[in-house]
Amino acid sequence: MNHQPGGAGQPWDVAVIGGGIVGCAIARELSGRELSVVLIEARDDVGDGTSKANTAILHTGFDATPGTLESRLVRRGHELLGDYAARTGIPVERTGALLVAWDAEQLAALPALRDKALHNGYQHCRLVDAAEVYRLEPHLGPGALGGLTVPDESIICTWTTNLALATDAVRRGTRLELGFSVDTVHRDGDVTVLGAAGGATVRARWVVNAAGLGADRVDALFGHHRFTVTPRRGELIVYDKLARPLVQRIVLPVPTARGKGVLVSPTIYGNVMLGPTSENIDDRTATGTTEQGLEFLLGRGRALLPALLDEEVTATYAGLRAATENSDYVVHVDAAQRYLLAGGIRSTGLTAGMAIAEHVRELLAEAGLDAPARTDVPPPPRMPNLGEAFVRPYQDAELIARDPEYGRVVCFCERVTVGEIRDALCSTVPPRTLDGLRRRTRAVNGRCQGFFCSAEVGELLAAGTRGDATGAAR
Amino acid sequence: MTAPVLTPDVLVVGAGPAGLTAATALAARVGQVLVLDREATAGGIPRHSDHPGYGIRDLHRFLSGPEYARRLVDRAGAAGVEVRTAATVTDWSGDRSVEVTSPQGRFRVDAGAVVLATGARERPRPARLVPGDRPAGVYTTGALQNLVHLHGGRLGGRAVVVGAELVSWSAVLTLRHAGARTVLMTTTQRHPESYAAFIVPGRAVLRVPVATRTRLTRIVGRGRLTAVEVEDLDTGRRRTVECDTLVLTGDWIPDHELARSAGLEIDRGSRGPVVDTELRTGRPGVFAVGNLVHPVDTADCAALDGRHVADPVRRWLDSPDHWDDAGVAVQVDEPLLWAAPGRFRPGGPTPARGRLLFWCRDEIRSPRLTVRQDGRTLADRRMPWPASPGRIFRAPWSVLSGARADAGPVTVSVR
Repeated sequence: MNHQPGGAGQPWDVAVIGGGIVGCAIARELSGRELSVVLIEARDDVGDGTSKANTAILHTGFDATPGTLESRLVRRGHELLGDYAARTGIPVERTGALLVAWDAEQLAALPALRDKALHNGYQHCRLVDAAEVYRLEPHLGPGALGGLTVPDESIICTWTTNLALATDAVRRGTRLELGFSVDTVHRDGDVTVLGAAGGATVRARWVVNAAGLGADRVDALFGHHRFTVTPRRGELIVYDKLARPLVQRIVLPVPTARGKGVLVSPTIYGNVMLGPTSENIDDRTATGTTEQGLEFLLGRGRALLPALLDEEVTATYAGLRAATENSDYVVHVDAAQRYLLAGGIRSTGLTAGMAIAEHVRELLAEAGLDAPARTDVPPPPRMPNLGEAFVRPYQDAELIARDPEYGRVVCFCERVTVGEIRDALCSTVPPRTLDGLRRRTRAVNGRCQGFFCSAEVGELLAAGTRGDATGAAR
Repeated sequence: MTAPVLTPDVLVVGAGPAGLTAATALAARVGQVLVLDREATAGGIPRHSDHPGYGIRDLHRFLSGPEYARRLVDRAGAAGVEVRTAATVTDWSGDRSVEVTSPQGRFRVDAGAVVLATGARERPRPARLVPGDRPAGVYTTGALQNLVHLHGGRLGGRAVVVGAELVSWSAVLTLRHAGARTVLMTTTQRHPESYAAFIVPGRAVLRVPVATRTRLTRIVGRGRLTAVEVEDLDTGRRRTVECDTLVLTGDWIPDHELARSAGLEIDRGSRGPVVDTELRTGRPGVFAVGNLVHPVDTADCAALDGRHVADPVRRWLDSPDHWDDAGVAVQVDEPLLWAAPGRFRPGGPTPARGRLLFWCRDEIRSPRLTVRQDGRTLADRRMPWPASPGRIFRAPWSVLSGARADAGPVTVSVR
């Protein structure tokens, strides 16, 4: 076993900066080799940055720009993550997508999109007329002129994906360092020393930068000025589960020169999502919603799916996407510096993450970090199911008979049981905060937003960590 | 694994005032009555509300919320009702059959009649589409009272309360109990909407300034709440108020998930199931009572619904072939937002307490109520009490007495 450093003061073989989907996938991939790996995350949980608030779609890559790295890695990632999800229990629903044209310009753009899909190696898109659009999605608002179907687009749980990859990495021997924000970088012979505020350091032979919104900042610490991350804020509205019958597929806008538009989609938790807005901002922590953003979404929702506006809103939030001036992913290795950058990864990174990790391992091997595959890799973890379309503990009579805690529903809206919260608190990568617990169990995420359960869930969390029970209500 | 099946004569879903009172009244009239509640303790919302004023109309007593809840639970037990808590009804498996999850296992209930008494809650922050950050420290009255009264939570610091209705003052009392000082209450109305009797001593004792014609426009704070932004609706001027706690009060939505998943007709205004004067829904043998139907009335009035439903339930059990749900619809014009019951048979039975209930968006000091059917005026009366936002507006059932069974819906307006 070579997956821990040899002793005190010994450097790690690889330090991966960033505990999002991409960083966790890379740590998992590299700890499948004879390498010692440390995964460094600035926040107090994995998957707490751009990865937690994307549109949660497992993409076929039909609309990527052909020939780009993104196109290749999304296609490969779709295959890898689809397979990994089946093995680990990450919930995926193959709902399919429907691009809907609402004006002549959009209608005219559809055949080119189908051809683009073919160039990307995806052959199942089909042009449909307005009548077929309304047959597929009868609740859409008036005015649809035609559409394009993408039957293999799926919805997925982005939180479970991130946690499965992190859990797998840790079980393979990756050391997870939370709350470590890399502020300084310097060389000490063959070793790179990463320093955090407060004086903590991590020493590693190789460094991988998968820092998402902070990737350009870390890149600059290595002396590069290759790109700038412009946070792109996307506001989203999540509607009540009672709205779920209104839409069966991911209903996508047709991208035109005037922008990408707003989508409406079922979520893996059985809700309906409307969004995102798209706004470039300066502040990398500005995850608040805005009056203009919400009004814009309501206006779009009224046109797209009028009946949706009669349903209750369960959540509103804003996610930040790491937009850069590059139209493609930026994955570069510097062999002399023993440093690899995986930057400019947009929301497609959820799908592409495992393929990016594979690509990173190959690049590192070419640059000199070649290690044989381990023969003692543990099996992938089996993740708790958060998907509404699959059996959850509260529905499982045999499980409840074995352990009554799975019959004790604590979050009524999302039907989360005490057993699931207990499991999350003693899992391989346990939550430290209520938000962490929400992403592992769905607790407090429902329509009442904690009216009934926030205090009790807060107490369970406080008992399991040293959290703050009053932090429960949002 | 085959789930066990329970077969009570009546299943009541929800052990709040309406459900417990219905069950107690039914126990004397029919055989076995089972009450299920998803919470660990029976009693419903009054358990959270540690101030007096409960039980006046139904028990003719003046009790605190928790005392009232305990008394209703005890009476149900004494009447022979089985109350199961921590039992969540998850799905319908037939017209009067449901699936249940509890620590004792997953089971099914096949009942002769079902009474839905699932209550109501306040809309939380996201449902109100309040923009801004998502810090900790933002509560509804229910979540606040749950935290403070049932879990002993302490808060301290400065609080802002959105709303100036009865429940809002209840939040102020809870905040004070938890160690927080309410520095501002806001209402979009021209006047605070709660009873004048409460406002004067409330203002005097609690010394809370109320900003009228004011709305909440933004929540500020990373991690913890630090401030809110409010707007004067008349001038458009916005200002920031520093605070550590924000309580969003009122704005009720029934817990209607079971009613909706049964496919029952839902009132567009109240979002509760439409019932007739006997609290019957459109599905034979399924009844709905309490604040699920009229979000929200006081707990004692919800409880009296429970008493009112007992005879109709017994009649259904005696002659289950008879479920005539035809009737005349009751519609409203704004500023009325809904009416309950939403359906009636002219010349038929009267509703609970002989009252027609409404929710009114605006304050009307001396409301004039008009009832029309097919262009004919059935009633045109000045009411001796005001219509206020944030509480039920009542009219005597007699305003509908001229309605005809063979005509269209009646429409009630107020000005």
